[in-house]
Amino acid sequence: MTGLLNVQDVSKRFGGFVALDGINLEVQAGERLGLIGPNGSGKSTLVNCICGTLQNELGSVHFDGHRMDGLAAHERTHRGLGRSFQLPRPFVSLSVADNLCIPMHYTVHTRSGPLHADHIEARCHELLQMVGLEQKATHLPRDLTQVEMRKLELARAMATEPKLLIADEAMAGLSHSEIEDILALLVRLNEGGITVILIEHIMSAVMSFSQRLAVLVSGKKIADGKPQDVVRDPDVVRAYLGQ
Amino acid sequence: MRTPLFALLAVIVAIVIFALMRLPNIEYLFVAGYTIVQYIVLSTAWNILGGYCGYVNFGSAAFFALGAYSTVALATFGNQVDDLVPESLAPYFHLIFPLPIPVLIVIGGIVSGIVGFGTGYLTLRLRGAFFAIATLALSVVLATLVVNWDFVGGSGGAYVVRPGEFPGLGSYLQYLFLLMLGLAVLSVVLARWIERSRLGYGFAAIRDDELAAEASGVPTLRLKLIATTLSGALMGMAGAPFPYYIGYLAPVSAFGLEYAVNSIAMPLIGGTTNWLGPVIGTILLGTLQQVTTVTISSAVNVLLVGVLLIAFVIIAPNGIVGLVQERLHARRRK
Repeated sequence: MTGLLNVQDVSKRFGGFVALDGINLEVQAGERLGLIGPNGSGKSTLVNCICGTLQNELGSVHFDGHRMDGLAAHERTHRGLGRSFQLPRPFVSLSVADNLCIPMHYTVHTRSGPLHADHIEARCHELLQMVGLEQKATHLPRDLTQVEMRKLELARAMATEPKLLIADEAMAGLSHSEIEDILALLVRLNEGGITVILIEHIMSAVMSFSQRLAVLVSGKKIADGKPQDVVRDPDVVRAYLGQ
Repeated sequence: MRTPLFALLAVIVAIVIFALMRLPNIEYLFVAGYTIVQYIVLSTAWNILGGYCGYVNFGSAAFFALGAYSTVALATFGNQVDDLVPESLAPYFHLIFPLPIPVLIVIGGIVSGIVGFGTGYLTLRLRGAFFAIATLALSVVLATLVVNWDFVGGSGGAYVVRPGEFPGLGSYLQYLFLLMLGLAVLSVVLARWIERSRLGYGFAAIRDDELAAEASGVPTLRLKLIATTLSGALMGMAGAPFPYYIGYLAPVSAFGLEYAVNSIAMPLIGGTTNWLGPVIGTILLGTLQQVTTVTISSAVNVLLVGVLLIAFVIIAPNGIVGLVQERLHARRRK
């Protein structure tokens, strides 16, 4: 196992419904992976199994050389797995800046020891500047627009100082220029050394971002390779357009 | 303001309140005052779990009664030492018993804290209404146990004789009031410290979104256990001196619905996200209840709580503190 993330034969059932069926996926450090698939194909379930929100029944997840199975979501976050949610889930009663303090108080604190208030403030400012929300630091999440909310979601995931960031449909419902905004941000993060898995339906965004593309259909991985090759794969075309 | 300075100020305020209440030489002030201050402890304790973490506990009466019945059990044990322990050991027990009330408060807190931890461990995977029902069930189960435990009086209740005077203070009631005032200071200082600490951030994250909290690295289960233990312990501490205050403790009074209802209503009226909310809510509702008890009837209290709750749900769903914060937030946005 050489990759940063190794998913081996992961399966997940919900009652009689097989959501994931023996998924294998390896992600190298520094890579930009796109994960696509029709609605209900198991993308979010796979993310939840990787991040510990759900526990896989079969198979294993290794991250950074450690086995993740059985660990709670927060323990995986402490080990460097960061995620953003498909629908933004901000801490609604806390200001934008305080939303970013939570991961610092818990994940960074656990990893590197107690943080000084000045350090937290400086890091908050840095993250808010990175996503262009520094003017909204004292606002409540309800005052944010949709794209700002998505940026807050990404900034909060970044505040955990992850080695791997999983962005689950970070661009859904955004305009073209807003998508460009988020894409540029994700590329910047990747250039800073963070491995990124992008789950997305917007193909232009996925194609321009991804170095590699994996496709899930009905809980199975049907393709994995260079984006240009994958989108020409007859199985992928069939899954998206039908026969 | 730093916590030690706030604690010092709170102690000074408490001393001033106590000194002012002694001035008119009216014993009833301490009877009414004890109940109000007791509710400050209960509502602040409820708020640590209910307000900060968002887990509604309907079993406040159970934790309160556990503290009260710990005292009754130890007082009964003290009275029956000669029958319960070997003759050779009895003199040693006579040296210790009856236990001073501060010790009983600590014991009540430990007992309720342990039960709080256990309840939390068993029920915190439940959320919303399911958690509330589980805590209500705890209250019913404990009440049934006490009703069937003859050592603490069973369904008939138990008498705890209150000494007439406390050396240096005058009436024993004033001593009980002073202890409860000290507990109120402790609980408010603790709640305020939690709110501004790393723990408070974690609690707020749990309240707002547990999945996002976990994804941010917050160990949600551990934090919820800390909240249930602290909340339960404070409630037990509030209950421990109660048998001495009331003189006769029956399950009906210790597990009374008013403890569960008031512990929820007071923070909701004052505001749940801030330490000040339960204090304001208790002073407002507690004082109104005492006034109506004297002027109309104690039965009107329940009606009063209901009407006030409806009014606040309509006018200020986030309580008085929430209403003020909303106004300030709106002004800042302009």
